[in-house]
Amino acid sequence: MPAIKSLEELKRVREEALQKKKMKATPGNVQVIVAMGTCGIAAGARDTMKSVLSFIESNSLSGITVTQTGCIGMCEQEPIMQVVIGDQPKVVYGKVNAEVAEQIMKQHVQNGIPVKDYVLPL
Amino acid sequence: MREIALHLMDIAENSVAAEARNVSIEVHENLQSDLLKVIVTDDGRGMDEETAKQVLDPFYTTRTTRKVGLGIPLLKLAAEMSEGGLSLVSEAGKGAKIEAHFRHSHIDRMPLGDLASTFLALLVSHPKIHWVFDYRTTDKNGNVDNFEFDDTELKKELGEVSITEPEILKFVRGLIEEGIRASALQTTV
Repeated sequence: MPAIKSLEELKRVREEALQKKKMKATPGNVQVIVAMGTCGIAAGARDTMKSVLSFIESNSLSGITVTQTGCIGMCEQEPIMQVVIGDQPKVVYGKVNAEVAEQIMKQHVQNGIPVKDYVLPL
Repeated sequence: MREIALHLMDIAENSVAAEARNVSIEVHENLQSDLLKVIVTDDGRGMDEETAKQVLDPFYTTRTTRKVGLGIPLLKLAAEMSEGGLSLVSEAGKGAKIEAHFRHSHIDRMPLGDLASTFLALLVSHPKIHWVFDYRTTDKNGNVDNFEFDDTELKKELGEVSITEPEILKFVRGLIEEGIRASALQTTV
């Protein structure tokens, strides 16, 4: 592995990220949480997360925290994804495949409108 | 589970649940010995002998004990279906090591799957854990290739910058994807 070359590249990329972050004001703290219990993983949670990450990448969205949680007891609704924007209440989505995840990222995370069809009643 | 890479993700989540600080995932495809071996090692809280035996038993797993089970018997079954097996070595307070092997050419062997996505998802979702990924291949003529990724340097360099910043994400994803592609066996789909 060309470790040193990569590291130089990383330094440059990191500077870029810092600059862009300074320029863009983040609209409140955004957190995207994907459930990654055995049930979630078996139902496709990795593809859900992959879709979230590639959306962040291709739309250059800064300041989004992507994290995971274990099984939250609704295995039949997996893959489950939660979105928390600022101090608004958490929105829990069910049956979030890669396409739905992209829709949620676009409509909810980017534009602040929850995707009602997939919201789980809690 | 449809891929060994998904099982690895699941087993690694156990390590995280066991409060491990260091987790390593090794994958070795060896065409000379016709073996595919995966090893997940962690320094989490581990388990005593009794528990270590129980987690291998699919009937032990119930909803209330969910956090230790289900995933391991599933991987064991997948390994045994392709003339392989699974072993678990652990001691209370001293972490755990799970090793599964498969006959590489076995018709029922589960595909390795998207290792890069598994590694990236683990890196992103558990930034506090020190991850070491090692993907190794040995072809029929004994030529060895490997991609080792230790996130120490990356984290040191990133500092307070999150791995989910788009530029960083692109960089890390590229690094892992290319590394794995470069070491992959020609015959592996």
